[in-house]
Amino acid sequence: MRILTHLERLEAESIHIFREVVAEAENPVMLYSVGKDSSVMLHLARKAFYPAPPPFPMLHVASGWDFADLLAHRDKTVRDYGLELIIAQNEDAEAQGINPFDTGSALYSQAQLTDPLKRALDAHGFDAAFGGGRRDEEKARAKERVFSFRTAAHRWDPKNQRPELWNLYNAKKAKGESIRVFPLSNWTELDIWQYIALENIDIVPLYFSKERPTVERDGMILVVDDDRFRLEPGEEPVMRSVRFRTLGCYPLTGATLSTATDMNLIIQEMLLATSSERQGRAIDKGQSASMEDKKQEGYF
Amino acid sequence: MNSPSSFQTDSLIAKDIDAYLHQHQHKSLLRFITCGSVDDGKSTLIGRLLYDSKMIFEDQLAALESDSAKHGTQGEEIDFALLVDGLAAEREQGITIDVAYRFFTTEKRKFIVADTPGHEQYTRNMVTGASTADCAVILIDARKGVLQQTRRHSFLVNLLGIRHVVLAVNKMDLVGYDQSTFEHIVADYRRFASSIGITEFTAIPISGFKGDNITGLSANTPWYSGPALIGHLESVEVAATAAQERAFRMPVQWVNRPNLDFRGFAGLIASGAVRPGDAVRIVPSGKTSTVKSIETFDGQLDEAVAGQSVTITLADEVDCSRGDVIAAADDPPQASDQFAATLVWMDDEAMKPGRGYWLKIGTQMITATVQPPKYEIDVNSLEHLAAKTLGLNGIGAVEFATDRAITFEPYATSRQLGGFILIDKFTNATVAAGMIDFSLRRADNVHWQPTTITREDHAAMKNQVPRVLWFTGLSGSGKSTIANEVEKQLNLMNRHTFLLDGDNVRHGLNRDLGFTEADRIENIRRVGEVAKLMTDAGLIVLTAFISPFRAEREMVRAMFAQSEFIEVFVDTPLEVAEARDVKGLYKKARAGDLKNFTGIDSPYEPPESPEIRVNTVDMSPEEAARFIIQHILPLK
Repeated sequence: MRILTHLERLEAESIHIFREVVAEAENPVMLYSVGKDSSVMLHLARKAFYPAPPPFPMLHVASGWDFADLLAHRDKTVRDYGLELIIAQNEDAEAQGINPFDTGSALYSQAQLTDPLKRALDAHGFDAAFGGGRRDEEKARAKERVFSFRTAAHRWDPKNQRPELWNLYNAKKAKGESIRVFPLSNWTELDIWQYIALENIDIVPLYFSKERPTVERDGMILVVDDDRFRLEPGEEPVMRSVRFRTLGCYPLTGATLSTATDMNLIIQEMLLATSSERQGRAIDKGQSASMEDKKQEGYF
Repeated sequence: MNSPSSFQTDSLIAKDIDAYLHQHQHKSLLRFITCGSVDDGKSTLIGRLLYDSKMIFEDQLAALESDSAKHGTQGEEIDFALLVDGLAAEREQGITIDVAYRFFTTEKRKFIVADTPGHEQYTRNMVTGASTADCAVILIDARKGVLQQTRRHSFLVNLLGIRHVVLAVNKMDLVGYDQSTFEHIVADYRRFASSIGITEFTAIPISGFKGDNITGLSANTPWYSGPALIGHLESVEVAATAAQERAFRMPVQWVNRPNLDFRGFAGLIASGAVRPGDAVRIVPSGKTSTVKSIETFDGQLDEAVAGQSVTITLADEVDCSRGDVIAAADDPPQASDQFAATLVWMDDEAMKPGRGYWLKIGTQMITATVQPPKYEIDVNSLEHLAAKTLGLNGIGAVEFATDRAITFEPYATSRQLGGFILIDKFTNATVAAGMIDFSLRRADNVHWQPTTITREDHAAMKNQVPRVLWFTGLSGSGKSTIANEVEKQLNLMNRHTFLLDGDNVRHGLNRDLGFTEADRIENIRRVGEVAKLMTDAGLIVLTAFISPFRAEREMVRAMFAQSEFIEVFVDTPLEVAEARDVKGLYKKARAGDLKNFTGIDSPYEPPESPEIRVNTVDMSPEEAARFIIQHILPLK
């Protein structure tokens, strides 16, 4: 009798989900945001199909305001593992006058994230897309299925989701419809970090503390990642030891003051933290059910 | 009250994170479901578990405090229930309407809690949440005792095969922590539980609101000496661990073939353990081989057990693909194509006996046809009721047949090889969950009687190729008229034919059937079977039935060889058919005297790609008949 650990069980479940999708969907893709959850998801995908490489491409939705370190990590990962990468980006953002400084957060995420994602899914005819969403992230996600069914217009109808029993997933769908699949549904933030530590998974250095040029604005510490960052009159970047718990567009993602430079220290900080990881994201604020509204629109 | 000893301690995290992480890497995982209604304090209990295990952060707590003021029911106190009530629309109504999964962790275990609401969708949601649970916590309000809903919850828990039941008698603070109240409820419950087959359960007096007997034993119940809730949940055996004791089974999910030198079978081990060198059997083919290696990303394994996802290579080049089960050679699972099962219906549209549904069990996906229920079970009274179908949240004993043999085990033995879902072939919705009770063994016992004179002999004697010409179309479209004309012309050509007409069949073979959707499906199924026997006898069979549903026509099509079934769509627009109204039926239907009339208050689903389509507006019946015969020639 061998008692499997919670991480072994979670890993086995995620691998099972990956294989079900590849067996039943025609054209799957993995949403690769390069963050910690995506890194775990990629690691699990490599395990699921070993010795074959993951039999689907990676899709990165780049907003144009991504951290430079994140893009470098993405390109290195893709190169090291021989992955196929598709980059979805709103090329007309500048002409449309959309940027993270002037554009409201709702319109910004619609134009830079949701719309390019939908366009890429349509253009390639992907019928299943893996995403790194976890049920512990937010109340609206606690009820999300592992296989989340989307209409041909990518809409999520919370009242019309399929019951999921045992480990039997229903991947049947009509032409044009698709499913978003969340292999990490049952993982918590702590599980993710423990697994990264245990499996030595390479993650973007932004998760580790380092002296970075920062400004403080609206209660958030922002990192001046490149010279496109628009400084307010009187603002002067200050070097602070900071790191990130979550990664989005750099002008919209708050850093936390930290001295955690290795994995165990990060986990220690996380366990002693008094705020949830999503707090650093400007995009989640607004009315209380905002994540749910965004999901209905097609946001992951 | 004792301190919450089993939850993580900040001091160890702060002092020695390495020691903490080492300890937490070896935790096991338990999934449980909480059963009870809003009034039983279920959400409050879960909120309390999350809160005590520090799964709630300050920003969430701040949101909670403002929410408590807005929606809360606990006055000034924090309303823990608001932590677990999710979607916006539900919050408005003050009830949850779906299955939500919550997570918390102690020093020994990670827990996944399935939280389901208590109102009319309850059966469907609770069955969903219970399907993956190792343990069930049934909540009872100490002021109310065992209620009808307690019986319903317990029945469903038992139905889904949950072996570990906790009876949490909640709100003990509101009955003054009275021992006799608790003992009275426990005795009451024991009488009921044993009547439905629950022989063992653990009863714990708690208060989710005050925290008594949750993490440690409470000073308020000195008379109670059993475990606290968390302590008990930390010791319950996980189902996946128990499954290791059974024989080895792994449903094959995917064949991994990266190059010519490697062929691996990927799957999640359902039960037992496997080692290189083990003799295995591929079911249903029965071929045997031995395990060459167990491959993982982290290297080859000496042993893999139930609950692990692995890739197995075999010593021999045997046929094996998705849907097959690799099993212990000397103790393989059975295969059959007819079963008795308990079905839980989950869709707004009622079960259609006779219609083909997709059935997914393990990694097998096949077509199954369900018979009318033998009885329906009333979840409140547990009485067996007569039923012709099952509606949303209906539970019944049914028999079903699959279009080919599937590998299975009774649900009582294996959730993985005994639990299945049904999927509607047109809406693709998951419409039911089922648990196989046993094989009807007709598949094993009633073999096809091999006859000396074969269907080929019958056909050769008649000097023709058997066919089924399946005419479909609206009432009054001209099906019978044209079919009759086709038969006349075929007879002039010395062909042996038979015309099965809708009205005529209903006078005899199908006179017990009415016009409900379920009866219409059975009508078509029987006609299909009769047509099948007639083609075996070598005949060219013509059928004239409205047969409005694609699913039924596809069901009949599946009974025949590919070129044998010819769908003839008599494509007459509704206005034309209604204007003809040969039998005066449209008039009656429009007046409301005739219910479920196709085209009026019941849909007609036109064929998407019929073999033959005839247009009766432009063609006379004779022309249409000649057109059809041209299409099916030659008939030798």
